[in-house]
Amino acid sequence: MNKETKFTERTFKSVGTRPVRPDGVDKVTGRARYGADYDMPGQLIGLMLRSPHAHATIKKIDTSAAEQLPGVKAVVTSKDLPDLTDGDTDLKCILENSMARKKAFYDGHAVAAVAAVDMPTAKAALKLINVEYKIHKHVTDVDKAADPKAPVLHKDCFTKGVEPAPVKPSNIAASSEFGHGDVGKGFDDADFVVERNFRTEQTHQGYIEPHACVASVSPDGSGELWVCTQGHFVFRQQCAQLLGMDMAKLRVTSSEIGGGFGGKTHLWLEPVALALSRKANLPVKLTMTREDVFRASGPTSATSIDIKIGIKNDGTITAGEATLRYTSGPWKGSWAMLGAMTAFACYDLENVKTTGLEILVNRPKTTAYRAPSAPMAAFAVESVIDELAGKIGRDPVAVRIQNAAKEGTQSSYGPVYGPIGIGPTLEAAAKHPHMSAPLGENQGRGMACGFWFNFGGQSCTHINIDIDGTVTLTVGTIDVGGARASLSLVVAEELGINYEQVKTVIGDTGNLGYNEMTDGSRGTFASSMSAIMSARKAIEELKQRAAMMWDVSVDEVSWEDGHARATGNSNLPPLSIAEIAAGAGKTGGPIAGHTELNADGAGVSFATHICDVEVDPETGLTRVIRYTVIQDAGKAVHPTYVEGQFQGGATQGIGWALNEEYIYGDDGRLQNPGFLDYRIPVCSDLPMIDTQILEIPNPNHPYGIRGVGETSIVPPLAAIANAVSNASGVRMTHVPMSPPRILAAIEEAETTTA
Amino acid sequence: MVTINIWGALRPAVNGAASIELDATTIRDLFEKLEAQYPKTLPYIEEGIAVSIDGTIYQDSWSHPLPTDAEIYLLPRIAGG
Repeated sequence: MNKETKFTERTFKSVGTRPVRPDGVDKVTGRARYGADYDMPGQLIGLMLRSPHAHATIKKIDTSAAEQLPGVKAVVTSKDLPDLTDGDTDLKCILENSMARKKAFYDGHAVAAVAAVDMPTAKAALKLINVEYKIHKHVTDVDKAADPKAPVLHKDCFTKGVEPAPVKPSNIAASSEFGHGDVGKGFDDADFVVERNFRTEQTHQGYIEPHACVASVSPDGSGELWVCTQGHFVFRQQCAQLLGMDMAKLRVTSSEIGGGFGGKTHLWLEPVALALSRKANLPVKLTMTREDVFRASGPTSATSIDIKIGIKNDGTITAGEATLRYTSGPWKGSWAMLGAMTAFACYDLENVKTTGLEILVNRPKTTAYRAPSAPMAAFAVESVIDELAGKIGRDPVAVRIQNAAKEGTQSSYGPVYGPIGIGPTLEAAAKHPHMSAPLGENQGRGMACGFWFNFGGQSCTHINIDIDGTVTLTVGTIDVGGARASLSLVVAEELGINYEQVKTVIGDTGNLGYNEMTDGSRGTFASSMSAIMSARKAIEELKQRAAMMWDVSVDEVSWEDGHARATGNSNLPPLSIAEIAAGAGKTGGPIAGHTELNADGAGVSFATHICDVEVDPETGLTRVIRYTVIQDAGKAVHPTYVEGQFQGGATQGIGWALNEEYIYGDDGRLQNPGFLDYRIPVCSDLPMIDTQILEIPNPNHPYGIRGVGETSIVPPLAAIANAVSNASGVRMTHVPMSPPRILAAIEEAETTTA
Repeated sequence: MVTINIWGALRPAVNGAASIELDATTIRDLFEKLEAQYPKTLPYIEEGIAVSIDGTIYQDSWSHPLPTDAEIYLLPRIAGG
């Protein structure tokens, strides 16, 4: 059952301050242990053999020579991971992706794995595995894959969500439609209609730490997994199901995490590590190289988006329509529906229709990347709105303000909005000095809006009041962006003690009840809600103990500024948390507070970004010279980390917009699986990214907190595209806007004009 | 009775209707009645359906009440990164 979690106005003492993060010293001195930093006695080294083919039937795998190599302790194939998924299609996809069964579906798909006493032996063993393939035609392009003539990846894939159900299989795995009104009438009412196709290429989250784990499975059926993940409880559940283990007997400990952004919400190599360990009866460490990460973990979708928007001369948007195709890798699950839901979510439209299509291709399985599917949709919508503003001779900010969704607007995905923050972010953008700063030659300014849902989910926390009055908070959500600092601030606030008195730790799967992942911008939102409830329970216990120490009724005890106070007897001096804790052994034992809840009501989030770029017309190179993020954060618990989330999203968006893309050869093999050829932004590529936090309280959280981690990646593609288009004089419709693509667009425009 | 609005991909499972009426008082009740009256919705329920009540999205709260005058939408379960 959920708890009473409504917002109550209060003055904060700790929340909203900017203390040093508690994990900082360990991280800058190298003490922090990441996925590959953990070792077990007798540990073996695991390696994966990966398919060099984009689409091939595995006719035969001969592992006998590898098994006979001295030093090899185990070789596993799909036969060592029997199908225990019991009709769970999502789990079946994880199983098939972890280790190819009948077919290899992409360049890099694992087909076998070895565990050996050292790396040279493991490498030698891989070379001794003989795989016989029958190669099939492949398809990696989103539009080609959607074509009825494309090679079909799965003969049993019939588009879900359409009526009547198709009778022929295709690569269109699912269709989701949203909207209301009559878009045909809306376009008839428009003075101008713009209709375009936009494309975005596949990008990777680009986290610095590759995937890594150490697995140990004992003959008694128990096991341990040390792993870099965004959600160790989810990993435990899925690994236990795939391996046929009892969940309680598999203890999963999360390491520090060197970035995730959604890419570490999914199992990639962990079931294989457990299978190797079980077969070898020894611990096995399995790590990905950077090449493995690019070829065989989960990037975001490539997309092709058809968009049509109509506008009246007075600035009213009369209709919006979009068909959004998202690559999903070889299995469904690309969240195309979220692209369809978010595309027009910033606007108050009478007529809107969107259709999201999941397209299967011979590329690695996609996974979430910060606000999955929303940035591509925003790129298309916000680009066309800018173009329409130009056609009616209006300022693009003013057009957006005129059409912005507000309280009472029916959202494009259905429900009517409560209080929301898109209007305030746009008003703040209009007033921001950035909007009126002068621009130089070859420079252009763009802006764009973005929306994201946020969510909460299952969370469980525990607070221990230690006998010296310090406090340990144990949470089950991974700290990816400063959550330990934020959660310590929240507990300090609730207990009325100093931030330095609180230590937040991430418990393993044996310490707490189930916690969902740190994803969906839920970490601080959900765990803080639970931590506040745990602290309130601890306070009730502290008051009980103080009442016992004073020999008064608990009704005569209040809690204020970290002290119990006897409300009915002013002669009794207040008891500090340390004084009460010191006597805990005599007043009833340890003092603690514990909560488990479903943190619903995360509240939707909006942002507006402003960007200035300079485009070199000779080379097509784009330099971002100024960037501003304005976003509603609810209550910013630790403003520095909120700003960091804003800046991080913008930075990733800059890379996505200008440089990053998966490039496949005609043979279906990835051509650029490394940071030399897949270029993410570095500090010298970026200006200081300015931020403005708007604090519109979330009514469904006791402190008014919202999630902040994802919305900031939604507007950048569009904001930068609008800036580049304004600087170059050419509407850019294909991301990334790399120098060759910009030059080609400029040359095409010049040819057309001539 | 409450009116339940259905997103596009779920409509084939409720005979193509954009909205349906159910005699449900909580989210759990809603899912039980939905499955009972429209068995084709079961795979979607198992996959996860979010419920928007007056604009606030609930993903997991079985016990949450459904006021008779509330605006209720069924939506795909929200994912995130």
